[in-house]
Amino acid sequence: MSTLQEKLTQLQQKGSQDIKAASDLKQLNDIRVKLLGKKGPITEVLRGMRDLTKEERPAVGSFANKVRDALAEVVDEKKAELEQAKIAQQLATETIDVTLPGDQPKVGAHHVISQVIEQLEDTFLGMGFKVVYGYEVEEEKYNFEMLNMPKDHPARDMQDTFYITKDVLMRTHMSPDEARELEKHDFSQGPLKMVSPGRVYRRDTDDATHSHQFFQMEGQYIGKNVTMADLKGTLEFAIRQIFGEEREIRFRPSYFPFTEPSVEVDISCFKCNGKGCDVCKHTGWIEVLGAGMTHPNVLKAAGVDPEVYGGFAFGLGIDRFAMLKYGIDDIRNFYQNDVRFLTQFEKRG
Amino acid sequence: MKVSYNWLKDYIDLDVTPEELANKITLTGIEVEDTFHPDAGLKKIVVGYVVSTKPHPNSDHLQLCQVDLGADPVQIVCGAPNVAAGQKVIVALPGSRIANNEKIKKGKMRGEVSNGMICALQEIGFSTDIAPQAYADGIYVLPADAKVGAPVYPYLGMDDAILDLAITPNRADAQSMRGVAYEVGAVYAKKPHFDVAKPVETAKPVTDVLQASVAAEKDAPSYNLRVIENVKIQPSPLWLQIRLWNAGIRPINNVVDVTNYVMLDYGQPMHAFDYDKIGSKEILVRRATDGEKLTTLDGNEHELIDDDIVISNGTKAINLAGVMGGLDSEITNETTTVVLEAAIFDPMHIRKSAQRYNLRSEASSRFEKGINKGTVLTALDHAASLIADFSDGDVLAGILSPTKIAPTATVVEVSQERINHVLGMQISTAEITKIFKRLAFGVSETNGQFKVSVPTHRWDISIPADLIEEVARLYGYDKMPTTLPASASTPGILTPQQRRVRQMTQLLEASGLNQAISYALTTSEKASQFTLTPAETTSVAWPMTVDHAVLRMNLVSGLLDDLAYNIARKQVNVALYEQGRVFLKQDAKMTRPEEVEYVAGAISGDWQAKTWNQVAKPVDFYQIKGIVTALLDQFNLKATYRVTTTRTEMHPGRTADIYVGDQLVGFVGQIHPQVEKAYRIKPTYVFQLNLTALLAIDKQAVVYQAISKYPVITRDIALLVASDVTNQAITDAIFEKGGAHLKDVTLFDSYTGANIEKGKKSLAYTLTYQNPSATLTDDEVNAAFAKVEKILVEKIGAVIR
Repeated sequence: MSTLQEKLTQLQQKGSQDIKAASDLKQLNDIRVKLLGKKGPITEVLRGMRDLTKEERPAVGSFANKVRDALAEVVDEKKAELEQAKIAQQLATETIDVTLPGDQPKVGAHHVISQVIEQLEDTFLGMGFKVVYGYEVEEEKYNFEMLNMPKDHPARDMQDTFYITKDVLMRTHMSPDEARELEKHDFSQGPLKMVSPGRVYRRDTDDATHSHQFFQMEGQYIGKNVTMADLKGTLEFAIRQIFGEEREIRFRPSYFPFTEPSVEVDISCFKCNGKGCDVCKHTGWIEVLGAGMTHPNVLKAAGVDPEVYGGFAFGLGIDRFAMLKYGIDDIRNFYQNDVRFLTQFEKRG
Repeated sequence: MKVSYNWLKDYIDLDVTPEELANKITLTGIEVEDTFHPDAGLKKIVVGYVVSTKPHPNSDHLQLCQVDLGADPVQIVCGAPNVAAGQKVIVALPGSRIANNEKIKKGKMRGEVSNGMICALQEIGFSTDIAPQAYADGIYVLPADAKVGAPVYPYLGMDDAILDLAITPNRADAQSMRGVAYEVGAVYAKKPHFDVAKPVETAKPVTDVLQASVAAEKDAPSYNLRVIENVKIQPSPLWLQIRLWNAGIRPINNVVDVTNYVMLDYGQPMHAFDYDKIGSKEILVRRATDGEKLTTLDGNEHELIDDDIVISNGTKAINLAGVMGGLDSEITNETTTVVLEAAIFDPMHIRKSAQRYNLRSEASSRFEKGINKGTVLTALDHAASLIADFSDGDVLAGILSPTKIAPTATVVEVSQERINHVLGMQISTAEITKIFKRLAFGVSETNGQFKVSVPTHRWDISIPADLIEEVARLYGYDKMPTTLPASASTPGILTPQQRRVRQMTQLLEASGLNQAISYALTTSEKASQFTLTPAETTSVAWPMTVDHAVLRMNLVSGLLDDLAYNIARKQVNVALYEQGRVFLKQDAKMTRPEEVEYVAGAISGDWQAKTWNQVAKPVDFYQIKGIVTALLDQFNLKATYRVTTTRTEMHPGRTADIYVGDQLVGFVGQIHPQVEKAYRIKPTYVFQLNLTALLAIDKQAVVYQAISKYPVITRDIALLVASDVTNQAITDAIFEKGGAHLKDVTLFDSYTGANIEKGKKSLAYTLTYQNPSATLTDDEVNAAFAKVEKILVEKIGAVIR
């Protein structure tokens, strides 16, 4: 081994030690320049090769290059290490309390009545029904007369209805829309399938369970082959969307002027699953809907032949649905718009 | 209708409990709201025999009674004025429970031992309205044959169960025990058995003492009278009194009680007149004359109108037909001759009279909803026979029937195919026949075609749909399958407008507003405030309160009410919006007001609440305007905002009308401080838009534009202008002379204060130019910009800085 090689080996050892001892990037750079720069010892060694024989030169040259590469590698490693440390130190100073509250965008709540309406609309849209909004101020003809409630029918009593004139009133239910749609519908284009949610009015004194204004939804399906079993199936499908897959429904005979047969529709209690609790008054069942097969007189009044066409209609109270679903005990909550009430229902539908 | 389980068992053989019966009836026909046991909660109440009484030494009204309870007599202190030796009485033993779960203990009253309590009916649960008048202020006296020491309940009918039926208007047939028996018979496939009674008539014909006529047959299509002489008024037998009080009717005397009993039994209301007080030998059914006066049994005098049907003595009204008797011809203890009436009156007139004079009664309710035409005379005979029995009276020969209806069955036809088609079931002809027979209907069937003869007790049935309902409910809705209609598919989609409204509500909520739903009926004043365009009000004819009497013509006043409600409850930072109808009558002659969809918002208090890293920021005009602009952007509409000082409820310096083109679509601004004060709210900013109008001009259809390859060039301009110059005027002017390539003008600074002379303000805008089809040169932009500077100087009076 030549003396040059020995010198290089020493340089490598000493250099490595110096590099590893560097405490910051500047110091490291100084060491790098001193060791590997143009005026550094390795360059000097390489310059000293002039004095070597032609035979010796390649071996020494190659050795010197190795040493230089090795040292450069050590510098790189050290540099990475120092940079890492520097970033770590910087990040440490940037640390914040991530448990402080975030700047939340203000998001308003969708009214719970709207949520229930939209959920019902979506359920029936999915079954091919259309959504119709009628008039809140109606003609007596559509509110009563065409629905098999002729003049002097007890349901037309003054005390239940806000009349505006003798022939005009605040709609007391959503059935007028059904009569209007029946009258308009072109059955050559297929069956009539519609739901109609909206605001209705009754002459009632406002208290926890009564409101002079509330919301209802009615629906009807009139076609050539629509059966009462279809009514049961349709309502069961809808009820399960809203109150859960496990719900059962049952029909009880009832009376409405515009349907025959008429039924009340009960659902198995969603709170106790039919075992009996306060919600279902210990019967296991909750009354949620009125329904039936459209009365022939209603079809006739709208110019539809009851011998050819028939079908079902149903109606429900949106407020009652919302009260049942969320356990709300005072109907006035819906119309007082206390923000502490409204914001409980921020999540849409 | 309160149905006695024990009475029902007289008519039909039942082997189910009252609760099972109630459940079954509810599921097959008529809802039973409650099943009530009169003895529920009572304990240790027995029959006692009062052996002797003597005055309490320390009281002027108490008695010391020695009462036999089956062993040695015990002493009970009693304060009832009617207690006497020899009576069988109701005794609550020590340790017993009486009404309202009250416990009776052995005790001392003013120094004397009392081993229990002698009870009045009210003390064991009878309502004061029902306990017989004779015992209203004292203890009740049981029949002499009551067994001493035995429980008292069977003697008073308290071992019965009462089913409370909620009867729908179509099932008025169940407003009678016989009707309910038919129904229960149909449910359980059992045949009811009824007793009827014919009176034994004397030789004297009724026509000797009375004549009857009906002026208009339509008013009283069936009118029938019997006369009973030599009547002795006294209490009815206890079994009959029990039936009345268990049905919620107070026993009065043998004549009145029989009329009520027969009404409950047959559903046929009856009326009894005191013959001697009629004042003539004639009964005439006619309309009242306008202003004719009648004092009814309740002692109230009514002024009648010619819509009322009355019973008259030929000259004056003595009874408001079907509603209430007259006081003058009332049955009293002195009555000896009774005229008994069984009739059918026109339901509509009865309903209106009962309503008009606020005299709804068991009788009027039955006349309104219908009467079994087949039992009018049966009921009259039954009643006459019972009165004769209970009063030793003599029934005169014959019935006066100036009008009469021949009862006929109604024949309705329906096919098996139709039944199954409507119900979506497969019910056999045999099964259907069986159901009609259970209902006691006559039925014949050929090839699936049914001919059904409906007896008079089911007058609600007249069309095939009615028969289909009977089959469905008695076959059982629980057996009905669940299917989905097999019709052609239909698209179930919202209309574009419906979808658009849903999107709008999402935008408003994402902007921080809570959706409110307010009352659409409000006060006359609030209905007329904040109107976008003038219109007439619409009022309800007969409001419940002035607060909800007039239909709203704006949404803002409702939102302000909501704000006030919140602020009164210490919720001061409130942001609300509402989407709903307003009701506008363009002229008073319109039948219905126009219903227009509006959307409105109201914000009060801090828009940004103070937090650990944010300062509180009260709401201002530009926040709510920003929301409005975002809303209109969603409709892709370019709106202009014009200063308005004429909206009287709005702040004149902080309100803008909103126009799309030349169409007024809404306004935005601050509520006038005086209006804020009236509503008791803090500074509040509102907007209101005509949603129907926006939906009509909705420019939603998107036209794609390729993103330009050519760069934009911007120029900034700073202006000094008079402080009343609006941004709108400046931007309008800039666009007027902006040239074809001016794309956008953005205000980036507005300044008043130091270095700006008073009455002036400094504004700075960035103008953005772009040519979509070529690169703009500086020269082109400079030329365009120079024109803008010129017009600003000339038209706006701006100093370019």
